[in-house]
Amino acid sequence: MSAFNAIGEEREIDRDEFTPGVEPQPTWCPGCGDFGVLKALKQALPEAGKTPEEVLTVTGIGCSGKLNSYLDTYGFHTIHGRSLPVARAAKLANPELEVIAAGGDGDGYGIGGNHFIHSARENHDITYIVFNNEIFGLTKGQTSPTSPKGHKSKTQPSGSAKTPIRPLSQSLTAGASYVARTAAVNPNQAKEIIKEAIEHDGFAHIDFLTQCPTWNKDARQYVPYVDIQESDDYDFDVSDREEAARMMRETEDVLNEGTVLTGRYYVEDDRPSYQQEKHAVGEMPDQPLAERYFDDDAEWERSYDLLERHT
Amino acid sequence: MSSDELIWRIAGGSGDGIDSTSQNFAKALMRSGLDVFTHRHYPSRIRGGHTYVEIRAADHEVQSRGDGYNFLLALGDSFARNPQEDAFYGNEEIKPLSENLDELREGGIIIYDEGLISEEDVEALDLEARAEENDWHVFPMDLRGLARDHGREVMRNTAGVGATAALLEMDLEHIEDLMSDAMGGDILEANLEILHEAYDIVTEEYDFEHDLRAPEGSHETEQALLSGSNAIAYGAIDAGCRFIAGYPMTPWTDVFTILSQNFPDMGGVSEQVEDEIAAAALAVGASHAGVKAMSGSSGGGFALMSEPLGLAEMTETPLVLIEAMRAGPSTGMPTKPEQSDLEHILYTSQGDSQRVVFAPGNIEEAYEQTRLAFEIAWDYQIPSIIIYDQKLSGENTNVDVEFFDREPQPDLGATLTEEELREAAHDNSGKFKRFNYEDAENGVAQRSIPGQKGGRFLATGNEHSPVGHINEDPDNRVAQMDRRLEKLESIREDLDSRESSTQTYFGDETADYGVITWGSSQGAVEEAVKRLNDDGHSVKGISVSDMMPFAEAEVTEFLESVDEAMVVEMNATAQFRGLLQKELGRFGEKLTSLLKYNGNPFEPAEIVEGYEVNFVEEDREPTAQVRIEPAAGD
Repeated sequence: MSAFNAIGEEREIDRDEFTPGVEPQPTWCPGCGDFGVLKALKQALPEAGKTPEEVLTVTGIGCSGKLNSYLDTYGFHTIHGRSLPVARAAKLANPELEVIAAGGDGDGYGIGGNHFIHSARENHDITYIVFNNEIFGLTKGQTSPTSPKGHKSKTQPSGSAKTPIRPLSQSLTAGASYVARTAAVNPNQAKEIIKEAIEHDGFAHIDFLTQCPTWNKDARQYVPYVDIQESDDYDFDVSDREEAARMMRETEDVLNEGTVLTGRYYVEDDRPSYQQEKHAVGEMPDQPLAERYFDDDAEWERSYDLLERHT
Repeated sequence: MSSDELIWRIAGGSGDGIDSTSQNFAKALMRSGLDVFTHRHYPSRIRGGHTYVEIRAADHEVQSRGDGYNFLLALGDSFARNPQEDAFYGNEEIKPLSENLDELREGGIIIYDEGLISEEDVEALDLEARAEENDWHVFPMDLRGLARDHGREVMRNTAGVGATAALLEMDLEHIEDLMSDAMGGDILEANLEILHEAYDIVTEEYDFEHDLRAPEGSHETEQALLSGSNAIAYGAIDAGCRFIAGYPMTPWTDVFTILSQNFPDMGGVSEQVEDEIAAAALAVGASHAGVKAMSGSSGGGFALMSEPLGLAEMTETPLVLIEAMRAGPSTGMPTKPEQSDLEHILYTSQGDSQRVVFAPGNIEEAYEQTRLAFEIAWDYQIPSIIIYDQKLSGENTNVDVEFFDREPQPDLGATLTEEELREAAHDNSGKFKRFNYEDAENGVAQRSIPGQKGGRFLATGNEHSPVGHINEDPDNRVAQMDRRLEKLESIREDLDSRESSTQTYFGDETADYGVITWGSSQGAVEEAVKRLNDDGHSVKGISVSDMMPFAEAEVTEFLESVDEAMVVEMNATAQFRGLLQKELGRFGEKLTSLLKYNGNPFEPAEIVEGYEVNFVEEDREPTAQVRIEPAAGD
């Protein structure tokens, strides 16, 4: 018998279950793109058959970090840039949990960039949503890793001399097995992409364009947007790494010219997830490790039985 | 100088197999019934460089390296830099011999490999005159040639061991057994041949007049030879730890390696990750998801763990971190011991520290305090840290096998089951009051694990309400902060109420002079205090392990009982004495310090001398590389 009966429970799920009953009301600014992520998650999770208590939402720091304050699942609001290592370990400790990590563009592509690269490389079976508003919002409008070249802010008063990060290309190169971009202004696509990411067995990275109406007023609201799967202007194979790379590069290039391209960029369905790879080499237990601590019949190995090598 | 002990030093270059040879020889001595203690000195280099391992063996308990040593096996450094590089590295070929002469005791024995160390270089050392002066017995042997003739050159260590055994009139039985355990086939045969050949050459062809022989002893129970790193790793296994995340760094890597090698057979998970921030964050994540998890590092790597450590404090995520100190600041001396990260470990990370810190003093304590760290961490939902160092990490000593015959302790402490969660407090939206200060006992609010029905809550590094929502209300802030800090008081009471103390006491209980130490300096201090008492002084000693919450009652009692006390530690700024004065300021005038920070651990004689300079002959300066810091106001 499992010690975690919220996991795999078969029942009707109401999306209101993901809304905290009493408090708090979101503190995001009116018109903030972060509402779009919250709404899409609340729709996608029940559609993917997930109940609140089998989901662990791990966030970083920033406006985006408050996601799990307003999404009623198990939550871990960690520290700046570190949602991914916390999320990865939770998944390894209990692979049956649905683990979603989230944070902003500064959090994920700046301070947490190392974790992003390695989490993608290792292909951990988690969903990673980056709220990309091309700005540091909560700290009041500094230039971020995705801010366009020339972006002026209090910390880059003459305009940024840096070329922005290419989040999609970097994700692909690092090894993510599902890469998509969506936008808060495109709720249906956002929901579908989040659902696909949750169902994907591997590292699913969503670069989620979330407009910041307060600190990035000059930036576009990410409208009009183009869904590259719907549009006749784009035709490429999402399972082909080279075609995906070209499409990503174009998407990143044209964003700063005002063209918002969104959709699925790369989907690799047959690549084993990290936990499967680790299991294959004999370094992951068959049963979720977390279950063992609640199993009164579990037998625990002792160091006493290792002493022969020392005598 | 006692003649009832052998202190055998094997010297060569890194990569010459000094470690494995010495490990086997130490085991052979242990099997012959002796107590053993090893000390390892090596550079931060893969190949070459001056390195040695010292094995102290006696028919009585040995807790430390000795004062100097009495038997040198100088193998030559086969990876020595070429002479063009002399300017920087010096002549490395001669170093296994030249670098070790100063500490060799009178009457000592030297075997050196004349196959690798040239006659010219030996002449330049003036070895003959020095040998005469110190009554050393010098035996040049072509160990390399002997090994080459019967097998391969790399087997010259075996030749050295054979020659050693012959000079000490030791039986080869245990050495042969250990070789048979470790190898087979032609390699074993060649090694055995070399062992006997060297033994026979010495026995038949050499005249010797030295007095030193292998001591004889016996053990009543079966012994195991293990290191501090083994002990920490085994403590973790027996505490039910099955998750470790880390990044390589000397010397913490030893524990990481031992657990990584054992966990696959135990259903555990080991993760080598991108950096130490990730390592500590992974341990937090695994613990949050219901697994007993740990991480660790050495100085610089631990610095990166500061933020995840604070996160564990604020979210009350149970966690064990270990820190293996080495000489700092910065990269410092990566392979040399120092006890200079105490303040770092106590206070790193922003905000008021809410953690437990133990500093074990020897191998048994390393095992027991690691278990204790897990127990406290999970019972009180607080990070516990084991602070140790390169010395304790790498030293090997013999321990009763039965010492480890204990029940494992995998329980999750203050963690609820789903059944218990049904009875627990929830808010009116059904969120579990994970951080409930109203029902908390000893400051501990029971926790749930993700995936449990009825347990959902938010963990956050922000200050938070009982269900975990970010909350900056002043009343809530004070209530949560006080509750978390109350855990430290409860832990102190818990530790004080236990039958056996984690502090170690030695010496004459009635003495008016005290010596205080902590961590891995314990053994040398204990031996020094014994020697002082044997020599007619009256001295008592205490070695403190509980750094946070500090062992206030016990140390107070100790300091009240003495007129003056000398604080012995391996750092330059008297960090532990600083802690003593912070916790127990009124004793400031009683405390002096004996400090050492040259990269080598204390020898007992240095502590004896420090005591004499401090309390007996006040005008004398210490001759060793140690420093005395006078009492406050002096």
